[in-house]
Amino acid sequence: MTISFQELKRRSKETWKALRGSRRPTILVGTAACGRAVGASEVLEAFRRELDSRGLEGALIEVGCTGLCYAEPLVSIVKPSRPGVCYGNVTPEKARELVERCLVRDDPLPRDALGTIGEGRVDGIPRLVETAVFKPQVRRTLRNCGFIDPVRIGDYVANEGYSGLARALEIGPEQIIDQIKRSGLRGRGGAGFPTWRKWQLCREAQGAPKYVICNGSEGDPGTFSNKLLLESDPHSVLEGMLIAAYAVGAGRGYVYCPAEYALALQRLETALAQMEECGFLGDRILGSSFGFRITIKEGAGAYICGEETALVECIEGRRGVPRLRPPFPPTSGLWGLPTVINNVETLACAALIAQRGAEWFAELGTDKSKGTKLFCLSGNVKHGGVIEVPFGMTLREIVQAIGGGTSDGRPIKAVHTGGPGGGCLPPSLLDTPVDQDSLAVLGSSIGSGGVVVIDEDACIVDLARNSLDFAQREACGQCVPCRLGTRQMFDVLTDISRGRGQPDDLELLAELAEGVRLGSLCGLGQTAANTLLSTIRYFPDDYQAHIQRKQCPTAACTLTADEEPDPSLSLLGRGE
Amino acid sequence: MKERLEKILTEYERRPGEVIPLLQQVQAALGYLPREAMLAIARFTGVPESRVYGVATFYGQFRLTPIGKKHILVCRGASCHVRGAPRILQAIERHLGIKEGETTPDLEYSLETVACLGTCGLSPCIMTNKKVEAKMTAKKVAEHFCKDGRR
Repeated sequence: MTISFQELKRRSKETWKALRGSRRPTILVGTAACGRAVGASEVLEAFRRELDSRGLEGALIEVGCTGLCYAEPLVSIVKPSRPGVCYGNVTPEKARELVERCLVRDDPLPRDALGTIGEGRVDGIPRLVETAVFKPQVRRTLRNCGFIDPVRIGDYVANEGYSGLARALEIGPEQIIDQIKRSGLRGRGGAGFPTWRKWQLCREAQGAPKYVICNGSEGDPGTFSNKLLLESDPHSVLEGMLIAAYAVGAGRGYVYCPAEYALALQRLETALAQMEECGFLGDRILGSSFGFRITIKEGAGAYICGEETALVECIEGRRGVPRLRPPFPPTSGLWGLPTVINNVETLACAALIAQRGAEWFAELGTDKSKGTKLFCLSGNVKHGGVIEVPFGMTLREIVQAIGGGTSDGRPIKAVHTGGPGGGCLPPSLLDTPVDQDSLAVLGSSIGSGGVVVIDEDACIVDLARNSLDFAQREACGQCVPCRLGTRQMFDVLTDISRGRGQPDDLELLAELAEGVRLGSLCGLGQTAANTLLSTIRYFPDDYQAHIQRKQCPTAACTLTADEEPDPSLSLLGRGE
Repeated sequence: MKERLEKILTEYERRPGEVIPLLQQVQAALGYLPREAMLAIARFTGVPESRVYGVATFYGQFRLTPIGKKHILVCRGASCHVRGAPRILQAIERHLGIKEGETTPDLEYSLETVACLGTCGLSPCIMTNKKVEAKMTAKKVAEHFCKDGRR
C-alpha cells in the first residue's frame, strides 16, 4: 500500500528541509550531460576524495543543469552560516582548493564565485539572480534545474511537484482542459498549436485505448533545452504527461527520447521506477479511478521522427515516414487510435499551469504567445546555454544582455533562430520582440528555441549550405520534390561556395525552394529552404562575393574543398 | 551468435512494434546487424524481411557492417559548424587516415558525423562511445590520438 499524496509531500518537505538546513556543508555538483562533457564527473570524484581524505563531513549531491552551460562544470557550496555560493568552470584542482579554502578555512573565495543562491548576502559576491545572465530571465520551467537532485522524486514533490496532478484529479478532465485553454498555452515544439485544442479533440475522439506521447525528439541542430529538462527535472515533464493523459482519457503513454541523450534516458528510467513506487503510475493513481502506464521509446537516429506522424510510425516499428493528414493524431494516431503528442517543454508548462493556475501562467508573454519560453544560446556567444524568458523579449536582449554578445567581443553578423526551418536575421532586425508568430514575417521563426549567434568569421553561404546538407540527409525520401530538391539546392550551394557559382544560381535556388515547399507533405520539406531564403534576403552581398568575385569573405568556404585549407587562396585559385 | 540472438528474442513480444527495440538490442550486443539477425527478427515478429531491412537502413543508428571499438561521432550541428566543426572532422580524418563513414582496417576506429549532439552551448563537440567531449580544438584532437599511439 502506497502512502497518500499528502503524507508523501509532508515527508518529502521534511527531508528537503533537513538536508538543506543541515549543519553539515552541502556541495552541489552539476552533472548533467553538458557538465560531464567538460569534466564534471572528475570534479565530483575530486570532491569525494578530498572530503574522505580529510575526514570532513559534507553532503555531496549531484544536481542537473542550471542552463549556464558556458560555466560548466558548476558547483555550489552551501554552509549553514551563509547562503550557497556558486562557482563556475571548476576543475579537480579547483575542487581541492574549494574544500581547503571554503570548507576548512571558511573563505567563500569571492574572486571565483559566480553568485550566491538563496537568502542573505556574502561580501563581494552578487546574488546569482541579479547577475547579467539571470536578471532578465523568468525561471519557471527551469525553476528546479540545477537545484534539485533529479534522481530523487522527493526533491520534486517537496517543491510542489505533482500537486498539479493532484489538483487535476480533484477538478476533473473538462476543468483541466479549460485551465489549459485559459492559460493560452501553445505547443513549444515549433508549430505553436494550441495545446488545449489537441487535448479536446483527443478527448472527444472515438476509440480506445487512447495514448499520450511525449515528443523528446529535439532534432533541430542548436537545441538542447528538452535534454536539459529531461536530465535535470524529469518529473516536471512526466507530471505534465499524467495530466494530459487524465484530461484526454488515455491509459498508456510513451516518452520518445533520442539514443544520443544517454543520460536523459537513464534519468527517465529512474524517474518512472520512482513514480511507480509512489503510486503515480499504475492503476488507481493517487487513489482515483485514473490509471496510466509509461514506456520509454529510444529514438534510432532520424530527425524526421520529431514530426508527429513520423514519430508514430517509428513507435509502431516502421520507417519514420510522415503520414498524410488528415486524419490528425488526436483522432487517429498510434495504431490508428486517438493520440495526443506534446513536446517536452509543453508538458512541463502544462504541469505548471495545473499547479499554479491559468491566470498566473498568462500573466507573462504577448497577446498570442503566453508564458515563458526556453531558448538555447549557442554559436559564438559568451554565455552559451539554456535560458528562460517571457515571450515578447527582443532578440537583442536575449543575445546581448543575457548571452553577453560574442565571446571575443567581435560584432554579431547574424542570429540564426529556429533550426534549419528557421532563418538568419541581421543585427538591424534584432529589436523585434520574439513570440511564436513575430519572426515569421521576417522570414524566420523561433522553432523549438534554438538561437545560434554568428560572428563575422562564419560564412553565411556556408551556413546555408550546412542547413541544406542537413535537410538532404534527413529527408525521409517520401516526397520527390523534397528528396531531390534539397539535394539540388545543396549541390548549387556547394558550387557557389567553391567558386563555381553562376549568375542565375540565386533564381534557380528560389525556384527550387518554392517547388520543395509546395511539394512536401511535412514540415521538413516545407521549411527546408527557410534558412537559405533568409540568407539570400538579408545577406545578398555575401552571395555576390562568392558568385561574381569568386571569393569567400571569411575563408570558411575553402574548408569545404578537399584540399588543405589555405585562407590566402581565393576560391578560383583552387585548381578545380 | 545464434544463441545470443535467441536470448535477446525471448525478452520481447512477437509484435511488429518490437522491430526497432529488437534491432537496437541486437546491435548493442553484436555491434552491427548481420543479415542472420535481421532474418531472425523478421521471423520472430512476423514482419516481412524486406521491411526489417527497410527499417534498418532508414535510421541513422543502425549499421550493417561491423564498427570499430571506438566509435567517434563528430557533430555537424549549426553551432558546432560555425565554431569550427569542419576543421575538427578534417583533423580526425587526417589522424585516422579514414573519411567520414569509414572504419579503420584494424577495426579500432569508426568515424561518423551526427546532426546534433545537443551540447551546443559548449561547441564544437564530438562523442566517443557515448561520451561527449566539448570545446574541441585541433590541438585536443592531436592530444587525443597521440595518447592512443596514432600519430
